[in-house]
Amino acid sequence: MSTTEGPTLIPDDAAAQAMMDREAKMKPRKGWFPGLGEKWNTLSRQKQWLILIVVVVIAYLLPILNPPLITTEPGNNWQIALAQMSVYALVAVGLNVVVGYAGLLDLGYVAFFAVGSYTAAMFTSPDSPYVHIPYLWTLPLAMAITMFFGVMLGVPTLRLRGDYLAIVTLGFGEIVRILATIIPAMKGQVGFQNVGHPPGTDSGGQPIFLNSNGTPWYWLTLTIIILVLLAAGNLERSRVGRAWIAIREDEDAAEIMGVPTFKYKVWAFAIGASVGGLSGALFAGQVGFVNNQKFDIATSILFLAAVVMGGTGNKVGAILGGSLVAYIPLRFTAIAEFKYLIFGAALVLIMIFRPGGILPARQSLLAYGRIAYNKVKALAMKKPGTGQLTTSTGKGAGDE
Amino acid sequence: MITEVIPSLIRTVSTDDTWITFDVNSLAQNFWSSTFDGLTFGAIYALVALGYTLVYGVLNLINFAHSEVFITGCYGVFFTLSALNFGPSAPKLAFWAIVGNLVLALVVAIVASALMAVIVERVAYKPLRQRKAPRLAFLITAIGVSFAIQYTIYWWRGPSPEAALTMFRPTPLFDVFGTIIDSQQVVIIVAAVILMVATDQFIRRSRTGRGIRAVAQDPDTATLMGVNKEKIIVTTFIIGGVLAGAAALFYVMKIPSGVQYSGGFILGVKAFAAAVLGGIGNVRGALLGGLLIGLIGNYGQVLLGSSQWTDVVAFVVLVLVLIVRPEGILGSSLGKSKA
Repeated sequence: MSTTEGPTLIPDDAAAQAMMDREAKMKPRKGWFPGLGEKWNTLSRQKQWLILIVVVVIAYLLPILNPPLITTEPGNNWQIALAQMSVYALVAVGLNVVVGYAGLLDLGYVAFFAVGSYTAAMFTSPDSPYVHIPYLWTLPLAMAITMFFGVMLGVPTLRLRGDYLAIVTLGFGEIVRILATIIPAMKGQVGFQNVGHPPGTDSGGQPIFLNSNGTPWYWLTLTIIILVLLAAGNLERSRVGRAWIAIREDEDAAEIMGVPTFKYKVWAFAIGASVGGLSGALFAGQVGFVNNQKFDIATSILFLAAVVMGGTGNKVGAILGGSLVAYIPLRFTAIAEFKYLIFGAALVLIMIFRPGGILPARQSLLAYGRIAYNKVKALAMKKPGTGQLTTSTGKGAGDE
Repeated sequence: MITEVIPSLIRTVSTDDTWITFDVNSLAQNFWSSTFDGLTFGAIYALVALGYTLVYGVLNLINFAHSEVFITGCYGVFFTLSALNFGPSAPKLAFWAIVGNLVLALVVAIVASALMAVIVERVAYKPLRQRKAPRLAFLITAIGVSFAIQYTIYWWRGPSPEAALTMFRPTPLFDVFGTIIDSQQVVIIVAAVILMVATDQFIRRSRTGRGIRAVAQDPDTATLMGVNKEKIIVTTFIIGGVLAGAAALFYVMKIPSGVQYSGGFILGVKAFAAAVLGGIGNVRGALLGGLLIGLIGNYGQVLLGSSQWTDVVAFVVLVLVLIVRPEGILGSSLGKSKA
């Protein structure tokens, strides 16, 4: 983007103009809720927390409230729909780390989801002859195994250009499904029944986590989403997050500035993969049955559509996108059959007309750059004569 | 915990469920027949791979929708031959009548594929090029278009494969190492090689070919030198479409019941693997890569015992190539190929 403009070392009129131009270029990338981000940022910390707590409480109450119009009933059980939506939201959060933060296109995310599901199934289902461990232990195990697969796949491809990653992950997504079909130990279409669930029984002696009751699964997944969001938010603001955004914006420039791009790309890919595995394990537990039919490559494209629709690089947008992608076919059952067609076309239309998605990400690096620019300018103003400073800069980008 | 783990590990060993078995005997017995079959498939992969390679060379973009360009051609063949009363059993027609019908099907497939390629370019890629979108946007659009087309076909024709069409009965021609080579294999390999040599010569010698190489080398400089970049890009897509249409005819000839909405997808991944193996952007590399992927895939299939292993083996080859020699066997870059 900025390869034609040389570096601007001295804060002068030209630099201010360039900064304004760049920001003007970003202007049309407002989402469907323009100004929401700014309004949010002007609120005090306490107010932000208050609103967040209210939102979280409402989210937890959703399965009990069963709000009319929004609900998927009749047609689909609302609690189970919520559980599926939360799994998709978690998937989108994970994929957003890969696609949104680091700008790597992972088209086989469903493979990691599948590996997670099979991990949960093969270590808990009575159909599997292997070691059995409690269900909750399979969650970290699934994360570890998918992270391993992520590194295995990432190391050869991430050294190369991004396109290779796209096709290799696309192939991987299909291969995992084929392997599940043709390797006898993975039981193909027969699959694994009675996948485990977290412990605990209610007063009647029934287990709390039943496959037919989505509410506890929804709460469990929602809690995990909140934890993952906190972790992802911290990562985003850390050195790692800045490195990812730098890689996304301009990989060569990032490399030249001393960012070890390969290392951070593998990190992004592995972290994204592990979240995919986690959501796969949750999915397996909720559905209670894993076979080779659930992990076709088209699901990968749904995941990608979730991230792109929500707003690439925005974790709140990812949650929104993920829930929407799961919700729309469940709510509007008439169009459920065409969901791949609709979301495939949506990908094209969004990329052409609204590349930011519903909730576009803040241009974080530019925001940092702006802060740094203002600091430098303030310093230069204090010591007149040190730079080629003209006094007319005040009207421009300076005032925030 | 440990006391539980050890007995269950022992159970793991003694279970009937196997992971992977190698059948070396089968490979030794069927070596030559799978070689010739592999070459036939490889010729088809190579034709499709050329489409990936050319577009990648010019635009530096993996055209994920190329597999749908290919499957459009397959439907072109299917509809033409259905209209001409071809059915599951071989037709009782004179030799020249069959040739005439097949040429007609070929023309329809080529037109359908080329048209689809141009539509994809105009609808999906050109708007992004005009607003200088980031690379990620191109890739996302590419995969989106691919799925939109795939599921439009699904919506229209349903999930099951179309009825099988046999074009002609393969007649045994000659015997090599105790394996009979039939007319079908010969037709596919010879026709594919002729098409590829023609493409290679076109890129190397013609004025348009020079334009394609110039744009591949440096689009801006090529534009300054008077090359119409947009026209060259569309031409590249058309060439890819034409070759995919031809590949479609051979594919239906080889696999009569292969016409299905998702039929292009996995073939596309294999063709791309072929392009990378030979050196992406390299026209001759696509031929070499295609034949190699066909061979390796077929050996893998015989060795491991299921036809679906072909896809897995091709994928593993792709990853290995990327680790060991990412520029491919013959080296990449369309622009650098000598005139």
